[in-house]
Amino acid sequence: MSIDAEEVAALARDVVRSHPPREVPVPQLMGAWYDAGLTWLHFPIGLGGLDAPRTLQQAANRVLREAGGPEPRTVNPVGYGIIAGTVVRYAPRELAARWLRPLAAGEELWCQLFSEPGAGSDLAGLATRAVRDGDEWVVNGQKVWTSLAHLARWAVLIARTDPDVPKHKGLTYFVVDLRTPGVQIRPLRQLTGRAQFNEVFLDDVRIPDAHRLGDVGRGWQVSMSTLSDERLSLGDRVTARGTGPIGDALALWASRPQAHTPVARERLARLWLRAEAQRLTVERAKVGAAKGVFGPEAAIAKLVGSELSQHVYEFCVELLGPEGTLYESYDSDLGDDEGPTAYQRKFLRSRAATIEGGTSEILRNVLGERVLKLPPDTRTDKDVPWRDVPRS
Amino acid sequence: MAEFEFTEDLDDLRAMVRKFCTEFSPEPVVRATMETGAGYDPELWRRLGTELGVLGLAVEEEFGGAGAGLVAQAVAVEEMGATLVCGPVLGTLALAIPLLSVAGDDVTRRAYLPDLVDGVRTATVAAPLSGGTFDAAAVTATAKAEGDGWKAGGDGWVVSGRLDFVPDGAGADLLLVAARTEHGVALFAVDAAADGVRREPLATLDLTRRQATVVLSGAPARLVAGEKQAPDALAHAARVGAVLLAAEQVGGGQAMLDRTVEHVTNRYQFGRPLGSFQAVKHRCADMLVAVEQARSAAYHGAWALQDGTDDPQLAASIAKAVASEAYSRVAAAAIQLHGGIGFTWEHPAHLYFKRATADSLTLGTVAQHVDLVAGIALDRG
Repeated sequence: MSIDAEEVAALARDVVRSHPPREVPVPQLMGAWYDAGLTWLHFPIGLGGLDAPRTLQQAANRVLREAGGPEPRTVNPVGYGIIAGTVVRYAPRELAARWLRPLAAGEELWCQLFSEPGAGSDLAGLATRAVRDGDEWVVNGQKVWTSLAHLARWAVLIARTDPDVPKHKGLTYFVVDLRTPGVQIRPLRQLTGRAQFNEVFLDDVRIPDAHRLGDVGRGWQVSMSTLSDERLSLGDRVTARGTGPIGDALALWASRPQAHTPVARERLARLWLRAEAQRLTVERAKVGAAKGVFGPEAAIAKLVGSELSQHVYEFCVELLGPEGTLYESYDSDLGDDEGPTAYQRKFLRSRAATIEGGTSEILRNVLGERVLKLPPDTRTDKDVPWRDVPRS
Repeated sequence: MAEFEFTEDLDDLRAMVRKFCTEFSPEPVVRATMETGAGYDPELWRRLGTELGVLGLAVEEEFGGAGAGLVAQAVAVEEMGATLVCGPVLGTLALAIPLLSVAGDDVTRRAYLPDLVDGVRTATVAAPLSGGTFDAAAVTATAKAEGDGWKAGGDGWVVSGRLDFVPDGAGADLLLVAARTEHGVALFAVDAAADGVRREPLATLDLTRRQATVVLSGAPARLVAGEKQAPDALAHAARVGAVLLAAEQVGGGQAMLDRTVEHVTNRYQFGRPLGSFQAVKHRCADMLVAVEQARSAAYHGAWALQDGTDDPQLAASIAKAVASEAYSRVAAAAIQLHGGIGFTWEHPAHLYFKRATADSLTLGTVAQHVDLVAGIALDRG
């Protein structure tokens, strides 16, 4: 079956006509969107897709956006872009059907149980153990930096199933029902005062073997496929000149003419140029991605965008002068962009930008080794059984 | 053709120019040519124009060009920058041809463009463009009408003045000179071989790109564009020149990145390839980021000027500022990562570093383009 952008847009228009986004609750709208195969066009028919090229996705999303509907990814921020692709690729069809519709509709949120206190950048060194017990697995360990865990129903989990082989080879990938006994979720307070993330403690948590995705010992490969999905999703992003962090700086600049000096003006212009070069690089990557060509731009986008956001908010608090020393409250639940000291909040929050989702140091390794094909660093743990690798 | 849509035609063009430059302007040829008096090989330039047809890609067909647009021209210039082809890229290709494409009328275009596009004659522009845009107030040359003068639209003018930092000025056959008249600033064509033209080649930091001081003492001149048209045409040429130089900077930066990656992959110290050390690897990653950002900025500039999709000055200044900074940093990092070898005359890194330096000081420095960007993106807000 081949379908073109016009037919996709027509299907999308049917959905927004029968479920007007401004009137119908989001789960109902996005459920219908899923049923029409518009959530992930490249997914199989019946699982939220139409077996169509993913390049047509923008045609559908545009109709939804223009009708006042949500960006599909915001309905299930972790589940939509990263997890759904793994589920559709590795889960048996009936389970995929069970999971994907509520995921797409936003009725059941998903999160990722990946990072651990002892495994951040070196994710493959993780220590959470899963031991087989008949048709089930028994999981023990601790996960951290899990966004949405306190709201989520489901999680994907990587656990160590064989400690006697090198680290990448002893991992297995599971889906966990967060209502299972033994799952304990605690908020993790950040330096901003907020708790956007969680720690998740797993104490004899039992997972049916049917909820394993991919073969035993293949968890690393399965998780890598989700990372490439993340890369592919770059094309869905909308980027306009002067938006994002630099847009905040421009707004502050315009509102504070008394703080204008030639030095500050030059500094802001240089930040603006970096933001613009970055935005254009994403635009160029989107054109390439639409043709199935993936360059280094996505890794570059993360690296540059995160460092730039820090420099932009450093500029902002400096422009604020003495006012920049104030912080409304470390006890409030305000979002990072809310309240009278929102610039200070964003300034503090931006410190995480170069850590989360791949540190700048790791990203430079990625650019060096995967893009430039430079020789790998010496890896002392490469051929050593995980059990024997030194750990802090 | 949507922005950043690199078609098969553009890919083919790139491959063709790359093959030609690698074959006929490899490093030994560049080194030999840069030591000659003229600083370039007229025969190689002619072949680029006549055989390859890559000097007038953005020029309309009726004036001898290919009518393929500025993006195509940028691709060709990028590849020429990758091998440091010696020739009047700046004076003729990046400035005189774009200027003549918008200045004057079809008569002057027909008179000058086909020979320039074919590479059988060369030209340059002598005008104050060093601030990143045309600065009419800085024009010091003067023009005087003789006889019925500019009404005739032909010869009958004389131009006088000292013109500094004229790119490719010593070798150019034709000088396009901005000069002051009673009514403003107009553009004149001066035959470089005429009486009253004296040229002093300058000793340049970048040996692959020459400059001259041109002194005109009542040199006979032909009016190309009058006071109404000339300033806009010169500003246009400055923008096109900035974008094409940005493309050249991308080509040179990519070449230095490739050389450096090759070096740190093959060079062993401490029993390991250099590139396996993160201190080295991370600097290479930063070079890659710089080149990719420069590529985006340069080609946005080319598409914006070609299709009119952005404020032309803003697009040109983005291109030049980002690409200048990138090339300078990448070339400096290349020397550093090559270690002692990178500081030798024998290694080509210095040739690129010097081109990067010259490029960054030509047609507007980074700071000047940052200022232009600030004027558009910040002060108007």
